[in-house]
Amino acid sequence: MGKPSRRQFLKIMGATGAALLAGKQAKANEGHKINNETIGMLYDATKCVGCKACMSACKRVNGDYGSLSYERAKFDTDGLWDAPEDLSGSTRTLIKLFKQSEQEWSYVKYSCMHCQKPSCVSVCPVAAMTRDPETGIVDYNKNTCIGCRYCQVACAFNIPKFQWDRALPQIVKCDLCKNTNLPKKGISACAEVCPAGAIMFGKRKDLLEEAEKRLRENPGKYINHIYGANELGGTNHIYLASMQFNKLGLPTLKDAAPAEFSEKIQHTIYKGFIAPVALYSTLCFIALKNMKKHGGEEGGHDTNTDKGGHH
Amino acid sequence: MGHDEYQVHEAKILTPSFIVLLTLTLIGFALIALRFIKGIGAVSNMSDGYPWGIWITYDVATGTAIACGGYAMAILIYIRNRMHYHPMIRSAILTSMFGYGLAGFSVMVDVGRPWNAYNFFVPSKWQVNSAMFEVAVCVMAYTTVLIMEFLPAILTTLEKTEWKTLQHMLDLIYGRLGMERPERIGDRLDKVKELAAWARPRLDKVLIFIIVLGITLPTMHQSSLGSLLLIASTKLHPLWHTGFLPLLFLINCMYIGYSIAILESVISCYAFKRPFETKELSGLARIIPFLTVIWLCVVIGDLAWRGQLGKALSFDFYSCFFLLEFCLIASGSLILFSKRRRESIRWLFSSAALIVLGGALYRFNVYLIGFNPGKGWHYFPSLAELMITVGIVAFEILGYQVLVKILPVLPKLHTRDQHTAAHPMGEKA
Ligand code: SF4
Ligand code: SF4
Ligand code: SF4
Repeated sequence: MGKPSRRQFLKIMGATGAALLAGKQAKANEGHKINNETIGMLYDATKCVGCKACMSACKRVNGDYGSLSYERAKFDTDGLWDAPEDLSGSTRTLIKLFKQSEQEWSYVKYSCMHCQKPSCVSVCPVAAMTRDPETGIVDYNKNTCIGCRYCQVACAFNIPKFQWDRALPQIVKCDLCKNTNLPKKGISACAEVCPAGAIMFGKRKDLLEEAEKRLRENPGKYINHIYGANELGGTNHIYLASMQFNKLGLPTLKDAAPAEFSEKIQHTIYKGFIAPVALYSTLCFIALKNMKKHGGEEGGHDTNTDKGGHH
Repeated sequence: MGHDEYQVHEAKILTPSFIVLLTLTLIGFALIALRFIKGIGAVSNMSDGYPWGIWITYDVATGTAIACGGYAMAILIYIRNRMHYHPMIRSAILTSMFGYGLAGFSVMVDVGRPWNAYNFFVPSKWQVNSAMFEVAVCVMAYTTVLIMEFLPAILTTLEKTEWKTLQHMLDLIYGRLGMERPERIGDRLDKVKELAAWARPRLDKVLIFIIVLGITLPTMHQSSLGSLLLIASTKLHPLWHTGFLPLLFLINCMYIGYSIAILESVISCYAFKRPFETKELSGLARIIPFLTVIWLCVVIGDLAWRGQLGKALSFDFYSCFFLLEFCLIASGSLILFSKRRRESIRWLFSSAALIVLGGALYRFNVYLIGFNPGKGWHYFPSLAELMITVGIVAFEILGYQVLVKILPVLPKLHTRDQHTAAHPMGEKA
């Protein structure tokens, strides 16, 4: 074994480690802070009349963008109707009606929550899911996505949907109209068309202020909780409702972002790539020492008499 | 490598099992073709609630653990300095190579947009927070490493070959065409021989660095396979969701690796009618209980610390699967604590099988059984989905069967047969 070559090899390994170290630390996320200057929506379930104008507006403006197709209902073999049962590879937002009893019911709107510390962004291996630090919009890029569906596994709200029926599928979820209505009109399509004022579009801090005001002014009307204010580290899509949120299909969640937990462990293991490089160097050292004992070159087995020997 | 330690297994390639495996492989590949034409939904039962099905759970998460035989043997031989296990490493590496290569292949079947996979090589797209990024890069690197580790077997064959079969076939083809076989083909073949002879000693010199890389990479990505589920804190059942997932997956792949090396040796000795490698295997078996005991201690300690022991003993759906996994591993290890049992092929085989089953069930529990995305979602693999997995496994076994018959992979018999062949079942250490 040539000495210089070995030293060179370890040097190269060290350099690679250092390069990765630099890149890693730039991207490492140290402690999560909520940014209230970002934009989002406040959905007030008590104001929603269930007209589904937001759903059709969403499909209209985003129909071509991201190649969304209309969903076919089971009774509709000719494909004349679009009747989504749930969010899907062709539906980014959905209004459902929850009925507690004949007298008590509430509408609820589903779409991406635009988390402040999104799990989907944290896990995507190729950075196809991104969160714009300025606007807070969590966006998806089909041109980088490999379709591994890890974002689906990670999202606690089960929001990203996959086009299971296509040969060339993609992930579909709300992007706050980032590439369609928002640049054109400065507001998301669903908020723009809502006739009942159930969707308020704006800066997160204004939305929170408004939500608190409504809670203060109508004590009996709402459940005393702003859903999304703190859930999973805060979301930019927040909710007010007159019924328990878990009944409306919004899971009861802790305040800590799961991505904080998983990234902390991942970063502890791979901090600066020191551990893997150290592991490799140590193992090399041991293996080489062991080889020496066995007659330098690995092939010294012809003279090797310990075959079937010890223990 | 000590090239004199290995031999080609001289036997017919076209056997009945070959035909069966080939049929299964072809069915699997036909269904894969269907998946690419009509979308994943056409062949699988996966859904937006269960975006990962049997392909990720078995082919990738479990299959790579089962393919850890090469990893486990390399640690034993080069790090723990048990060089006398060296004759067993080639077949272990061959199975690892198939396991990992095909895991990579089935990932390409599973992902929706495989043509974008080149992004793993674009630094600006790297997302180092993602455990999956780490897994993907390491698995690709490790597969390459495995191929290089296996290269000596191919090179020695190329070096020694007279190209008889090939020349014979060429003569036949040219004969049919009514032509003479051109001289330059012979020259080309000689060139390949020369190249192999040139490359082999050079590869031998750096091989140890590659082998050590082949120990480092699995250590990294096997633990990251556990990290993948860390994020699913709201979906994975608390019996399995713990910060120790990476550590548990790492130890898990090691004891599965040694157990698989035992199973594989017993099965191939049985199938190829070779004497059993009892002495080597009982030595291997001694290591396993140490690993499983550490693993079981971490599992119990962690459950107690998180206050989940009650859930483990509640005998509901999840607890039953947890207990099954636990008992399989514990009973397999218990057998191996006895020296007498370790020297019986029968006990070795059954205990290794129990441990592989339990260890694999652990991975199924984490990836599928303990995973609950919420009300209304159900998953059980479809027949087509299963057949694709079966086809990939069949292809693995098929490849192994064929390659040991054309390349020097299995340990040479004459070094052992003085003491082992005489009494294959009850060899004393
Ligand atoms: S709701 Fe889900 S998809 Fe939307 S940002 Fe949060 S984690 Fe991502
Ligand atoms: S499916 Fe696409 S967007 Fe989702 S994690 Fe995988 S690569 Fe990222
Ligand atoms: S913000 Fe835009 S993309 Fe999102 S639900 Fe509303 S209309 Fe659809």
